[in-house]
Amino acid sequence: MQSAVIVFPASNCDRDAAVALEKVTGRKPLMVWHQETSLPRVDFVVIPGGFSYGDYLRSGAIAARSPILKDIIQKAKTGLPVAGFCNGFQILTEAGLLPGALMRNKGLRFVCRPQKLKIVNRDTMFTRAYRGKDEITVPIAHFDGNYYADNETLNTLKQSGQIVFKYIDNPNGSLNDIAGICNKAGNVLGMMPHPERAVDPLTGGTDGVGLFKSVLEAIR
Amino acid sequence: MKKVAMKDVVITPEVVAEHGLSESEYEIICDRIGRKPNITELGIFSVMWSEHCSYKSSRRHLKKMLTTGKRVIQGPGENAGVIDIDDGDVIVFKMESHNHPSYIEPYQGAATGVGGIMRDVFTMGARPIANLNALRFGDPSHPKTKTLLAGVVHGIGGYGNCVGVPTVGGETNFHRGYNDNILVNAMCVGLAKADKVFYSAAKGVGNPIFYVGSKTGRDGIHGATMASAEFDDDSEEKRPTVQVGDPFTEKLLIEACMELMATDAIIAIQDMGAAGLTSSSIEMADKGGVGVKMHLDNIPQRETDMTPYEMMLSESQERMLMVLKPGKEQIAIDIFNKWDLDVAEVGITTDTGNLVLIHKGKTVCDIPIAPLGDDAPNLNRPYSAPKNLDVLENDPIFDPVTRGTDYGVIVKTLITSPDIASKRWIWEQYDRSVMGDTVDNSNSGGDAAIVRIHGTNKAIAITTDCTPRYVAADAFEGGKQAVAETWRNLSCTGAEPIAITDCLNFGNPERKEVMGQFVRSIEGINAACRALKYPVVSGNVSLYNETNGQAIPPTPCIGGVGLIKDLSRFSTLKGAKAGDHLVLLGKTEGWLGSSLYAHLVLGHDRPDAPVYAPPPVDLQAEKANGEYVRRLIRDRRVRAVHDLSDGGLALSAIEMAFASGLGFTLKHACDVPLYAWLFGEDQGRYLLAVEENSLNPVISTARALKIPVQKVGEIGGNRLIASGAFDLSLQDTHMQYESWLPEYMDA
Repeated sequence: MQSAVIVFPASNCDRDAAVALEKVTGRKPLMVWHQETSLPRVDFVVIPGGFSYGDYLRSGAIAARSPILKDIIQKAKTGLPVAGFCNGFQILTEAGLLPGALMRNKGLRFVCRPQKLKIVNRDTMFTRAYRGKDEITVPIAHFDGNYYADNETLNTLKQSGQIVFKYIDNPNGSLNDIAGICNKAGNVLGMMPHPERAVDPLTGGTDGVGLFKSVLEAIR
Repeated sequence: MKKVAMKDVVITPEVVAEHGLSESEYEIICDRIGRKPNITELGIFSVMWSEHCSYKSSRRHLKKMLTTGKRVIQGPGENAGVIDIDDGDVIVFKMESHNHPSYIEPYQGAATGVGGIMRDVFTMGARPIANLNALRFGDPSHPKTKTLLAGVVHGIGGYGNCVGVPTVGGETNFHRGYNDNILVNAMCVGLAKADKVFYSAAKGVGNPIFYVGSKTGRDGIHGATMASAEFDDDSEEKRPTVQVGDPFTEKLLIEACMELMATDAIIAIQDMGAAGLTSSSIEMADKGGVGVKMHLDNIPQRETDMTPYEMMLSESQERMLMVLKPGKEQIAIDIFNKWDLDVAEVGITTDTGNLVLIHKGKTVCDIPIAPLGDDAPNLNRPYSAPKNLDVLENDPIFDPVTRGTDYGVIVKTLITSPDIASKRWIWEQYDRSVMGDTVDNSNSGGDAAIVRIHGTNKAIAITTDCTPRYVAADAFEGGKQAVAETWRNLSCTGAEPIAITDCLNFGNPERKEVMGQFVRSIEGINAACRALKYPVVSGNVSLYNETNGQAIPPTPCIGGVGLIKDLSRFSTLKGAKAGDHLVLLGKTEGWLGSSLYAHLVLGHDRPDAPVYAPPPVDLQAEKANGEYVRRLIRDRRVRAVHDLSDGGLALSAIEMAFASGLGFTLKHACDVPLYAWLFGEDQGRYLLAVEENSLNPVISTARALKIPVQKVGEIGGNRLIASGAFDLSLQDTHMQYESWLPEYMDA
């Protein structure tokens, strides 16, 4: 599987994502600069965490209008698997690939901790490899992770199984404890927690591995 | 600050005094340049000769320090210290204060403190891999404390989180002595290759000088001078001299500099910190033995009509100055353009030895560079001799039971005291796991943070320590203890301690008592460094932490770095298992003088209370005990390790229980009275969790090495038990420990 990691000015989990992808897929991802206008041929795209454009305006708002996003949006619509973690999730909502918005944490503070998550939908291309497991611990580190959507959107998310991860002990006031969602087609995932920081028993556990493995298995 | 039109300022004695220069200093300036300085030149001399830049009160004392060692590549004198961690890897680190700005504007003060120290590190070619912060606030009941704490923590997080460098550790104390002068000491640790370390000496004549990063504005003018005077009631009017940080630009600057450093274009590079363009250009020229000519019209400016004075003294953030090899200019321009950063050729190195500034076609400054450094005041300030302190002898009236209370209440008092209670509210606001190499951090409550060297099986351990309670009582012992405690905390992880950075925070050096504290702290630090072969490689002095004649408790904060060569052999506070034995290493005499127990229970922190000698550090024992602990970790003989510090054995065991989630039973079996055995703060001690099979070897080897050792209890259950003293619920006690700070902040 060939993957790509998009790099924006002040992305800061791009290296972490690259390390995780290489570890699980055995292949170095391509690092794609935000000014590029088209993606190379890849099977999977990761939009990493960080503070793209310094979170100025709104988290993810400026990055969602970067040249590379046009091509990502187009290819995602034709089925290319895309995952956004943390700032990546914010960018995907700002780009309209995922519904809803991420607001400032309810406590009005940045929060970083190992976070327990419930896998709500184990039948997605991002979660199938978790088999049997329905609870994982993955680090969170964000200021704007308070997910919000209107009632209609929320009902759609629920009914079509788009809620992928929920927080156990909600850290940010997120609606319905939502930690991660996918689009209707199931090929675009956004989540606030950082699975890429949970691929090594020494530095945060290995509960993030299942996510990358799932994508790998789905693509093969 | 008063707004003055600088163009035609006449240099009167008042103007000289406003620049913090004495009459005799002014005479030296006139003598060295052979005429009276204009306002720009006066401003330049004023910042270069400020306490902050010239170290005029401290220089002669700092010289005594041990600054060399087998792993030291660069000691004090550069932007940061550099140590060897094998395999061609080096660690670059330093700690620096941003106290005055953080009091005036906590968010920006703390944020720019973090930004500044990171620039010191990546200027040298090292990618920052960890940040730590040592914070001191006033009494929790002081009306400003909560706001300052919230703002400082928010600022540290706001900057470090955005740049994407994990904030992995630190410490926080509260005391009324910091009510009007909080301390914000930021430490940054970076990683570089030994053959890719960059220095600031601008060697060679005719080389282009480049300015990169943010534009220059009017912010922070005279910040260095502000940090060189004590506060008074009008200090808050100094808010305009606090700089404003932009972590987004810093992140871009790191990436752009790293990219340029991978080429061979750079001769010298220096960040613009205190005294901005002035000190960066002068330091580079001075070290390179050259002169500098700069065209100020080429300086990227954020505001209109800036005067040469303002440009030279601005402390706008996220700016760097570098000297490039001729012909390599375009490489730099392309890289900085890619990252959307300003880049401008602003000058050239010359053979005149002078700093020459051209503005709008006129020479606005032409002064020799050497006197700015060589002739900077080097004061021998008078200092008072230490007071003789009594040793507090143990007495049955110290026994909680005699005092009409019980041990359970005492434990609760200590565990919920501001210095001891969990700082989760603080460190959860810091991204501790970005970069994917954080092995241990504040989360575990461990002694030192552990950060893996990317892509390897080795790591560094990092800690910051100071016990102001001890330093205030006895600056020599307190200075020694601060160094020893970092050494101990690194040893707890199994790391070989390599070197320290020091951030020396004191009051007004013009007062003999304060200068006495300063001098003796340095002597204490030095004694410990020499005995432990543990040199100082970088540091910072912050004086005038004083308001209306009231100085802070002397706070020489030490940041220590050690190397874990093999990540399959290290230790943390976690990991104790049910059935493990608790073994206490080091000599226990039950020293209560200046202990947390004495301060919180016996009332020795009252302003009128007598001061007793703090626990002395036996440096030879410290060394032997630490080496033994590291050997036990290497040999996998211990499951968990914790040092004994504030609150002695009782708190050490309780903190270990919090980390492992298991209770313990302590059994008192020695001559030291029970209360002193539990709460005494004798130095150089460790608490080990040892499995059954290792117990005999651990004890017998210690005896063979003549290291005092006693088995003090077992791990297991969910109660915290000290026979004859307390029997508490682990869960309830942990909750009390966790709840103090959030309840305080939410109240």
